[in-house]
Amino acid sequence: MAKASRLAFGETLAELGEKDEKIVVLDADLSKSTMSILFAKKFPDRFFECGIAESNMVGIAAGLALAGKKPFACSFACFLTGRYETIRMSVAYSNAPVRIVGTHAGIGIGEDGNSQMGLEDLALMRALPGMIVLQPCDELETKQAVTFMAEHNGYSYIRLTRQKLPDINSPDYRFQVGKGVVLADGKDLTIMATGSTVAEALEAGKVLQEKGIRARVVNIHTIKPIDKDLVARCAKETGRIFTVEDHNIMGGMGSAVAEAVCETHPVPVRRWGLLDKFGESGDPEELYAKYELDAAGIARQAAAFVQEK
Amino acid sequence: MPEIAELKEIAGKIRIDVIRMLAEAGSGHPGGSLSAADLVTALLFAVMRHNPKRHDWPHRDRFILSKGHAIPVWYAALAEAGYFPREDLLTLRKTGSPLQGHPDRNRMPCLEACTGSLGQGLSVALGMALASKMGGSPFRVYCLMGDGETQEGQVWEAAMASPKFKADTLCAILDYNKAQIDGYVKDVMPLEPIKDKWVSFGWHVIPINGHDFEQILGALKEAAETKNQPTLILADTVKGKGVSFMENVVDWHGKAPNAEEAAKALAELGAN
Ligand SMILES: Cc1ncc(C[n+]2csc(CCOP(=O)(O)OP(=O)(O)O)c2C)c(N)n1
Ligand SMILES: [Mg+2]
Repeated sequence: MAKASRLAFGETLAELGEKDEKIVVLDADLSKSTMSILFAKKFPDRFFECGIAESNMVGIAAGLALAGKKPFACSFACFLTGRYETIRMSVAYSNAPVRIVGTHAGIGIGEDGNSQMGLEDLALMRALPGMIVLQPCDELETKQAVTFMAEHNGYSYIRLTRQKLPDINSPDYRFQVGKGVVLADGKDLTIMATGSTVAEALEAGKVLQEKGIRARVVNIHTIKPIDKDLVARCAKETGRIFTVEDHNIMGGMGSAVAEAVCETHPVPVRRWGLLDKFGESGDPEELYAKYELDAAGIARQAAAFVQEK
Repeated sequence: MPEIAELKEIAGKIRIDVIRMLAEAGSGHPGGSLSAADLVTALLFAVMRHNPKRHDWPHRDRFILSKGHAIPVWYAALAEAGYFPREDLLTLRKTGSPLQGHPDRNRMPCLEACTGSLGQGLSVALGMALASKMGGSPFRVYCLMGDGETQEGQVWEAAMASPKFKADTLCAILDYNKAQIDGYVKDVMPLEPIKDKWVSFGWHVIPINGHDFEQILGALKEAAETKNQPTLILADTVKGKGVSFMENVVDWHGKAPNAEEAAKALAELGAN
């Protein structure tokens, strides 16, 4: 099965709402897209439609959190991080446990183009002290990550996709915040992926296998705190790390990994993603091929990286 | 200046192009494109000073589509005016096309600003208007906003600043079509009394029927004659105007018609 992580989020939130009356949800005229509508329909008294006013929504969420509620504030990733200083001040600095939900991550949204694509959100959210930053790769992981956010008494950010993501994890999977997951083993290099690029990286691993390159593939669902131990172990055991994400390479998951590599066991790192560029409109699959975020592109880039001296 | 009958005909063609483009693209925003078709037609074909052969003419009047999702209607108008070939319209939203899903002035230089994140256009328009008043090039600046869009705080910051700077070369147009994405504006986040709000902020406000060319042209003329104060044209419109099954239906905000729906819409619009 394949499901958009925004849909898995909406379904989970509607379930959690039954067990936990403190959960409240806010949206800014995008509830049909973020899927917070599934909660809104079930619990209209605990849903706040804020209109096209994201800054105000974030502030209201902070107030709700400081008064003991568990708010989930939802919009497209780009519009939320557009209200960065409000998040910095009213949420993070004020230590208000707001759960920030940014959907429509990356060029994977396709035709709407750059203005609606979250492409810098990981970098921005990662820079806020104490912010937990998550990006699940499939339905099951999304459910568990959202459940974690509801239970965790702190502020956090989750990045979700518009497009469907295939199932990666087995039914007995247990999400552990801050712990990367080795999905395939290998010793020639490690490919670290997150969210939508995890499935592509796994496929790329198979393509590389045929070329005699054995890639370890790791799912980095928690971008912050980054799993330093696992990153160090992969650096030691495979000697090279290739990161891939549907995000600008500046400041995203790849940067978090590169920082950890430098500080633990320096080895060559190649960050792959949007190479300091804005996005554009197009069919999502065509865009993944153009920006080499699909399995073929990742395999091509990773192979070139391995062959470099 | 073209006759009103001519403008009506152009607006009709533009609506037809909008439907064709969206059907071909398979995604996009028909409701807010159709509600703005008459306003945009009046601006580009009867009021604005511009030159399709020289998009960078320094004295041109500026148009900022702050509600960037309605860009198909502006692309259709630009093609009709001769900025680029009509055939290009059908590349809307395709990989590599300059006709991006939301306005991108890097890929299409005749667009004055990149928009698509709502609430920012009026500030940019104000900046341009301030530049126009600093001498040398007395152009006018038009900014088209959605009604839902004016829920953004930044709109009100610009609303406050424009009268302070006596920005009389600035004319904002509010496409008051009463709908947004999650529902009708009155339910999502009420804006009324809109006119009173803008008047109290110091604007010259002209309420009109946004589908009546006589009223649109009259208001644009009055705006140009208004000194020491910015003007807001409060244009009462119908979301999805011209296609019966789209009119006032919230769900037609952001989805493309399928082949059958497009055929029906085109027939209603008198396409041949
Ligand atoms: C800052 C921001 N928040 C949310 C969106 C998503 N969005 C696109 S169109 C739209 C509704 C716009 O409604 P309105 O301004 O009334 O436009 P119109 O009815 O003219 O189409 C929303 C919420 C956006 N583009 N920008
Ligand atoms: Mg509207």
